[in-house]
Amino acid sequence: MNAELTATAETEWKLPSPRVVGMICVIMTESALFAIFVVAYLFYIGKSVSGPYPHEVLELPILGTVLLLSSSGTIVVAEQMLEKGRQAGFNLWWFITFALGFGFLIYTGVEWNKLIHLGLTINSNLFGSTYYSLVGLHASHVVVGLILISLILVMNLTGRIRHFHHEHIMMISWYWHFVDAVWIVVFTVVYVISAKS
Amino acid sequence: MPNGTTTIDSKELVAGPGEEKGTLTGWIQDLVYTVDHKKLGFLYIGTGLFFLVLAGVMALLIRAQLAFPDGRVVTAEVFDSLFTMHGTVMIFWVAMPIVFGMANYLVPLMIGARDMAFPRLNAFSFWLTFFGGCLLFFSYVGAPGLYGAGGAPDAAWFAIAPLTSRAFSQGPSVDYWSLSLLVTGIGSVTGAINIMVTIFCYRCKGLTLDRLPLFVWMTMVTMFLVILFLPPLSAAQIMLTLQRYLGAKFFDTQAGGSAILWQHFFWIFGHPEVYILVLPAFGVISEVVPVFSRKPIFGYPMMVAASVLIGFISAGVWAHHMFTVGLNSFGQTFFAISTLAIAVPTGIKIFNWLATMYGGKIRLEVPMLFCIGFLFQFLIAGLTGVMLGVAPFDWQLNDSYFVIAHFHYVIVGGILFAVFAFFYFWYPKAFGRMLDKRLGLLHFWFFTIGFHLTFDPQHFAGILGMPRRIYTYHPGRGWEIWNLLSTIGAFVQGIGIAFFVINLFWSARKGKIAGDDPWDAWTLEWVTTSPPPDYNYDKIPTVTSRRPLWDLKHPEDPDWKFE
Repeated sequence: MNAELTATAETEWKLPSPRVVGMICVIMTESALFAIFVVAYLFYIGKSVSGPYPHEVLELPILGTVLLLSSSGTIVVAEQMLEKGRQAGFNLWWFITFALGFGFLIYTGVEWNKLIHLGLTINSNLFGSTYYSLVGLHASHVVVGLILISLILVMNLTGRIRHFHHEHIMMISWYWHFVDAVWIVVFTVVYVISAKS
Repeated sequence: MPNGTTTIDSKELVAGPGEEKGTLTGWIQDLVYTVDHKKLGFLYIGTGLFFLVLAGVMALLIRAQLAFPDGRVVTAEVFDSLFTMHGTVMIFWVAMPIVFGMANYLVPLMIGARDMAFPRLNAFSFWLTFFGGCLLFFSYVGAPGLYGAGGAPDAAWFAIAPLTSRAFSQGPSVDYWSLSLLVTGIGSVTGAINIMVTIFCYRCKGLTLDRLPLFVWMTMVTMFLVILFLPPLSAAQIMLTLQRYLGAKFFDTQAGGSAILWQHFFWIFGHPEVYILVLPAFGVISEVVPVFSRKPIFGYPMMVAASVLIGFISAGVWAHHMFTVGLNSFGQTFFAISTLAIAVPTGIKIFNWLATMYGGKIRLEVPMLFCIGFLFQFLIAGLTGVMLGVAPFDWQLNDSYFVIAHFHYVIVGGILFAVFAFFYFWYPKAFGRMLDKRLGLLHFWFFTIGFHLTFDPQHFAGILGMPRRIYTYHPGRGWEIWNLLSTIGAFVQGIGIAFFVINLFWSARKGKIAGDDPWDAWTLEWVTTSPPPDYNYDKIPTVTSRRPLWDLKHPEDPDWKFE
């Protein structure tokens, strides 16, 4: 039976890569998760009944934003290095990506420390609840990204990453771009739209 | 002695899984270690059936309490936890595992693949689902044991805010609810991604998207909905947990928070969830009806388009669960219109199934009987759905037994009937033996009569004003007869289920040998042996039309000439 079925063969049969489809699905599901936290933040702008309010405590996180967004560029450079087979260059740019992401995380930590000393915690008001949950969810995604990046870093140092791992690396890069894109949304919603409330 | 030892050794070598008492541990180990999509399909469905019995017993207790006015079978507190657990378990640990089990078992077989895209992730998804259910049931012992208060969750299956805040729900019962659902939710999303990738990336040669079996198409739309609409539930549960443990203010009305926002978040998940459950059921019907009508499905492209359309529209109907909370008139109008609009693609499907049957040589086997039951009951469920979608009508009947009757018509009369059709149709493939027809007929008639006896009267009780979630009622309001009929019907359904369970076990041993293709069907899974080998196909098949087996059996008149 099977033989007869296989007899009528067609010429070309190409299917998408499982990694790519999987990563697209992961990004979709993560977007849906973030969307709800963003909606909660937007919905509760100006609804806190007691302070501290955003206009009293929030400052534009320029340095953090520059660090994170530039890491999206360096990861692309690293990818291209790997594709060309330049292992050392890949290693350097991959490390720079890690350092930039880590810098962003430290920046967020410093910012939170300042906010907590100004009296804003997750239970102080609606702003605190929505702010820490949204920014914290993003930061947790940065942490996951950094774990993935450092994993590749270690594997590369032990010589286990080759140019044919290009697609694996590209998926991590996609995830990292996604984390950056979410930051642009968070930045707009938290630090621009709600800044005056 | 040496002889005896040799015999045992050789037995161990030849014994298949579960054939001997001595190999029970080996059999369990096999199920625990497995990453095979067929065994995980069994595990999913087995989990679903196990919890179905537990949640079914809860339903019987609820009905026993409500059979007569001023009932005293259980207390009000127990009744609250009974309907909460019944709803939660039925949706998340009965319907969802069965949906995932059906997809797990059938999708790789139907698309000519040897396994899922990520077999280990598949096992991970299953065990998260399973242990999530265990965590929920652990609340019965764990919750009072740790704090001396609480017990099973009792804040209704959609955990009404602010009832879930610490002030009103002391003890950890609500936390068991949200954490177990969070765990299971992660399992569902990873499972959905896995199935999605499998469908896109592991189709056999020639199986283009416009030749996919409709079950696979509808599963794809379902998994798309899971990927997009389970995260809102997880997000809401994270917020709830933050509120209960860290004092966040999300749904705290005293701090300016909104209890309505919780309902929005829950129903943004909750309504697409209905389609997550019903689309695979549509898929089953779309596979079974053509085979027993001896005609190809009528309007294949329209069926696909209608499924995709249902997927899209389902994202914009959630607030019809909230007509009575005080939406503005724009909101009321928008959600009323979108709710009525979703009836259109659903109606297209009903007409297509009828047109498939029209003029066909209908064979009234048990799977087909369940499909016909589905068609009638799902139609009525859809009609009451349209009635409830009209906002002013909903203001009268929201939170009454009319709503209970409506969604049980959808879930039991629609989805569960399709699931039974699934069992009777594909059981021969999975076990190599037919389910017994006489027991199947007994199951069908007891269950159908019981179903109508249970849920038809609830429409009337609802119109007469009986609210849902009340643990008892006084005589003299005209509700007595309807409640009594309903309770009798519930036990008749229980008898039907008993026949079904007996049939499942009896036929596995004694059923008629099925052969590879007992129904003379057309999709790819009937090519391979029953039960299929671990690797499904020794040679990956090639497909040239929507009915590969028709082409194989009728080389003089193949389908691909007409497509």
